[in-house]
Amino acid sequence: MTKPKTIIEKIWDKNVVFEEAGKPALLYIDLHLVHEVTSPQAFEGLRLKGRKVRQPKRTFATMDHNVPTTHTNVIKDEISKLQMDTLKHNCDEFGVPLAGMGHKHQGIVHVIGPELGLTQPGKTIVCGDSHTSTHGAFGALAFGIGTSEVEHVLATQTIWQAKPKTLNVKIDGNLGLGVTAKDLVLALIAKYGVNFGTGYVIEYTGEAVRNLSMEGRMTICNMSIEAGARAGLVSPDQTTIDFLVGREHTPDGELFEQAKTDWLALATDDGASYDRTVTLDASEVEPQVTWGTNPSQCLSVNGVIPHPDQAQDDNQRNEIKHALEYMGLEPNTPITSVPIEHVFIGSCTNSRLQDLEQAASVIKGRKVNKGVHAIVVPGSQTVKQKAEEKGLDKLFIEAGFEWREPGCSMCLAMNGDIVPAGERCASTSNRNFEGRQGTDARTHLVSPEMATAAAIAGHFVDVRTFEL
Amino acid sequence: MDALKQHKGLVYPLNRANVDTDQIIPKQFLKRISRQGFGQYLFYNWRYDDKDRPRPDFSLNHPKYQNASILVGGENFGCGSSREHAPWALEDFGFKIIIAPSFADIFFNNCTKNGILPVVLKEAETQQLIKNAEADQYHLTVDLETKKVYDNVGFEASFEIADYPRQMLLNGWDEISVTLTYDDKIAAFEKEHLVY
Ligand code: SF4
Repeated sequence: MTKPKTIIEKIWDKNVVFEEAGKPALLYIDLHLVHEVTSPQAFEGLRLKGRKVRQPKRTFATMDHNVPTTHTNVIKDEISKLQMDTLKHNCDEFGVPLAGMGHKHQGIVHVIGPELGLTQPGKTIVCGDSHTSTHGAFGALAFGIGTSEVEHVLATQTIWQAKPKTLNVKIDGNLGLGVTAKDLVLALIAKYGVNFGTGYVIEYTGEAVRNLSMEGRMTICNMSIEAGARAGLVSPDQTTIDFLVGREHTPDGELFEQAKTDWLALATDDGASYDRTVTLDASEVEPQVTWGTNPSQCLSVNGVIPHPDQAQDDNQRNEIKHALEYMGLEPNTPITSVPIEHVFIGSCTNSRLQDLEQAASVIKGRKVNKGVHAIVVPGSQTVKQKAEEKGLDKLFIEAGFEWREPGCSMCLAMNGDIVPAGERCASTSNRNFEGRQGTDARTHLVSPEMATAAAIAGHFVDVRTFEL
Repeated sequence: MDALKQHKGLVYPLNRANVDTDQIIPKQFLKRISRQGFGQYLFYNWRYDDKDRPRPDFSLNHPKYQNASILVGGENFGCGSSREHAPWALEDFGFKIIIAPSFADIFFNNCTKNGILPVVLKEAETQQLIKNAEADQYHLTVDLETKKVYDNVGFEASFEIADYPRQMLLNGWDEISVTLTYDDKIAAFEKEHLVY
C-alpha cells in the first residue's frame, strides 16, 4: 500500500520538474492566465532580453480590471486605454490567445477560466492576481503571483516553489436557508483571522463543502487569500465533472472519459494527513456583514458593532478604533440600523450566473430604496448573455438596479466605478480594505442575497426575515 | 538586481498591523506600463489629502524620516493583492529593508525578487525598534550574510530566511537566467507531461 496522499501532494508530485533537498522545487505550470494590469512590465522584460513566451497555448489573456462597464466602445481614461492597448499589442507579438474588449468571452479572468473549461482538476494555474485561488474549486492548484513571476512563467512555463504545508478546513453540517457560501467563508475568516492560512494551501472538506455547487466552491476558494493562504482547493467529485462537460476547452468523447477517471483519482485519499486542521459548523453560520476594514472584522447580521474595550490586547484595540473611525461607525450599534448609499453585485467572488440568480430571487417585485445607487456587473460576457436569456436583466432594471457590462468594476474601482468618499457600499466583492472602492469609501462585504435585500431596504437586513 | 549583502540605514517606524497593498500603493496608480516611478505614490492616501497636499500628521512626511531606507512595520505586512507595484513603490521610494513580525506570502516573494530584503523579527523586537525610531533618528544595520540586525547601542537580533531567496539577494541574480539553465529538464518534462 502506498501512503495515502492529499490532492495537494498529488498535484505537487505530478508537476515537479526538478527538486533538490533544501531548495524550492521547479514546478511546471499548466495554465497561465494574464490580464492587463500585472502583465505589461513582464512582457517588457521579455522584450528587453529577447525572450519568447515558452508555451503560448498554455497562456490565456483577457481584460478585466480597467474595462469600463458602461459604453464599452469609449474608453475615456487614456491610461486605462494604454494598458489595454499594451496587452493587445503584447498578445499579438507573443502569440498569446486573448479575449479582449468586444470578444464574446471577455470577462473577469477568474470567471472565464472555469467557464471556458480552461480550469481543470489537477492543473497548476497561476495568474498575476491574488484571487487566482478561485480556480482551486475544481481541484486545481491555483495561486497568485507577482509580475516578476509572470515574466518567469512566460519565459520558462515554470516557477520555483517551496512545497506548501497543507491545511484541512473541515466544514460539516448544512447551511441554513438564506445562508450562502459567501457567509460561510466570511464566518470562517471571522473565526480564525486574516492570516490563519499563511504558508498553507487549504483543502476545504466536509459535508457542507460537498453539498456546495461549483459556484459556491469558487466563492469559498476565491477568499482563501483573505485568510492568508495563497491557494485553496476542493477535491473533484461528480459535481466538478458535471460542470466541466462540454466546455470549450475540456476534452470530449473518449478523452473526456479518460480525463474524468484521472480527475476523480486526484481526490484526497482516505486517511491522508494534513499539517493542520480547523473546523467550522455550517449549521451555525448566519448571514454575515463585515463592519471593519479587513474581512475578519465581520458580524452575523443580527450582531452589533464591537466596542474597542472588547479587544484582547492593545494592538487589537487600536485596530478596532482605527476601523470604526474609518468606517464612521459607533460601537454597539446593530448592523441592521446602518444605512447604505451603494450596492455592488459583482466581482470574481460573486458574479457568476448562480450568484445573479440568487440576488435576483430576493427582489420579488420590490424596488431599490430611493437613496441607494445599485449596480449589477456580470462576471463575463457569457454570464451576461445567459442572464439576459433568463430575463434577469429585466428583473434588475425594473427594480431600479443598473445592469452593466462585465469587468472587475467597483471591486477595486480602477475603471471609474467608484464609491464616493465617506459613502457606504454593500458589496459582494472580497476586500473591504481602506480605499478599496474609492478614497475613503466604506465597504461592507455581503452575499448577493444580502446585497439585494440591503438595496431594497436601504440598510442591512436579515435576508431570511426579509423574505416574509 | 543589485546584490544586497549588508545595509545600514535610517529606520522609519510604521506601527500598524495588516498594512495592505491597497494602502502601500492605491490602485489609481497601477495603470503605468513601466516599472519605474512608483515611489511618489507610496502610501499615497496616508501621505496626501484629497487635494494632494501632504498630510502633516502622517509620520512619513516628517523631516526626520527623510531618506529612511529601513521600514519597520506590524504583523501581516503586505497582505492583499499580488501586485508587485507595492514592492516597486517601496523600492523606488528608497526602502531596501522591511522588518515585521510576519509578512503576507506573495508580498514576501515579490520583495525578494525586487531587491528588497524582508526580515522577520519577533514582535517584541520590532516593537523595540519602532519605539527607538519614534523617539529619535535611529539607524540600524542589517547583515544578510550573518542574518543579523543590530544598532550601535546594544540592540542585536538574528533572523531566519530560506537559503534560496537569500542567495538570490546576496548575488543579485536574475531568476529567469538561472532557470533557463534547466531548459533541457523542462523540455524533457514537457514531453512526458499530460495536460488535458
Ligand atoms: S473582481 Fe476584484 S478581486 Fe476579482 S480579479 Fe477583479 S479586481 Fe481582483
